[in-house]
Amino acid sequence: MENTITTSSDHAAQSNAAKPGPPLWLLAELTYRCPLHCVFCFNPVNFANVEKELDTENWLRVLKEARALGSVQCGFSGGEPLLRDDLETLVSEAHKLGYYTNLLTSGVGLTETRAKALKDAGLDHIQLSFQDSTKELNDFLSHTKTFDLKHKVAKIIADHEFPMVLNCVIHRLNIDYIDKIIEMAIELGAECLELANTQFYSWAKVNQEHLLPTREQLVSAEAITNRYREKYADKIRIIFVVPDYYETRPKKCMNGWGNVFLTINPEGKALPCHTASMLPGLDFPSVKDHSINDIWYESEGFNRFRGDAWMKEPCRSCPEKENDLGGCRCQAYMIAGDPAAADPVCDKSPDHHKIQAYVEKAQQPQDKQMTESPLVFRDPKSSRKLDEEGIVF
Amino acid sequence: MSSDTNTTFSTSDIAAVAKPYRLQYEEAQESWVLLYPEGMVKLNGPAGEILKRCDGEKTIDAVIRELEKDFEQKGLEKDVMGFLDIALEKRWINLTTPSS
Repeated sequence: MENTITTSSDHAAQSNAAKPGPPLWLLAELTYRCPLHCVFCFNPVNFANVEKELDTENWLRVLKEARALGSVQCGFSGGEPLLRDDLETLVSEAHKLGYYTNLLTSGVGLTETRAKALKDAGLDHIQLSFQDSTKELNDFLSHTKTFDLKHKVAKIIADHEFPMVLNCVIHRLNIDYIDKIIEMAIELGAECLELANTQFYSWAKVNQEHLLPTREQLVSAEAITNRYREKYADKIRIIFVVPDYYETRPKKCMNGWGNVFLTINPEGKALPCHTASMLPGLDFPSVKDHSINDIWYESEGFNRFRGDAWMKEPCRSCPEKENDLGGCRCQAYMIAGDPAAADPVCDKSPDHHKIQAYVEKAQQPQDKQMTESPLVFRDPKSSRKLDEEGIVF
Repeated sequence: MSSDTNTTFSTSDIAAVAKPYRLQYEEAQESWVLLYPEGMVKLNGPAGEILKRCDGEKTIDAVIRELEKDFEQKGLEKDVMGFLDIALEKRWINLTTPSS
């Protein structure tokens, strides 16, 4: 599944006094269950602790309440959302309520029958993620099983006239094949290809040393992408997301905390982004106990990092603070140890040297490491093990 | 007022919102928006008024006349054509030439 969700709506940062705008983007993470085991999965490392998923009735209420507040884009995500057999019911309700409905899927389980049912339910768009979930990561593109599946699913998507965005998470082990990935996206008929360089959260953070590309790899991949962009400008839109660690200013994460995005996780916890549950000392409400209105406007969790009153130095007095609002709270917590610190991606952060050290290390060959510290694949067993070790990314 | 535009289409063409865009009015934002996969364009007042009339049936000429009537203004052609030119470039609309 993908790492980033973008919206082109341009909402100015909320000042502290102003009432926040509506949660324009509702991300419904229906399940953490997934047939795949991606090493860069953005689901929390401790996902296996979630045993009871929100039921259909509660999801229907969430859709209705968020829409009443002004949510207009709805993403059904996971895990693999097709594992929920009430997906068609939820899509149908979302469509009737007036959402633009997006399905974010690996394609596993997208049969002819389900594609038709989803079309009838009013699904507007399918984002197909392309990845290799197997242990043969080095054979990324020669792995015919994945290739065949994507071909089959892409044809089903096209036959039902869904617009298709293809998302491919890019990392050290597949970035050198970026030309082949782009060619495949064109061949599959995608309207848009998101080349999302891995951002280091959750499972990708566990596997960071395997996944962070070298500078050389990155420069080359971007140049290749630009060549394809020019050549196929009429055919496909290509988005290239640069990995944070190679930047010196942080991203305006989620377009601002509690500004546009509302994520509901599989057990019904409401979050400002899909990784925020890692943050300590923040109480995120459950939709089982609270209305979406109360959650969005009143809850401590959503208000904590709105505006800029929470900022510390160097952000507080920074002339650029409105550009990025201090960056990502999860990254600040993971690397600087404080969710209210400046995102260490920023070269004004006193912890920026840690990012530089990651980048420095990535420039060295790491063949040996592949055997010394193997990749950790996302599955319930590893999840429980990491949880026991106290890893909370 | 916009300056002269060298549009590649004429007022006798018919405009419609192109796939995968969807135009709808959003109460919470008090504006017309164009929705597309994972994104949204918030339209300003005039843009919304023009696009909502591009229904795939009316000619652009009819759209202009309707706007002039509804807003009790004259000479909107240049503005409308200027906006539609941008909308076409952004692929928000497609155009058909009616067979006469």
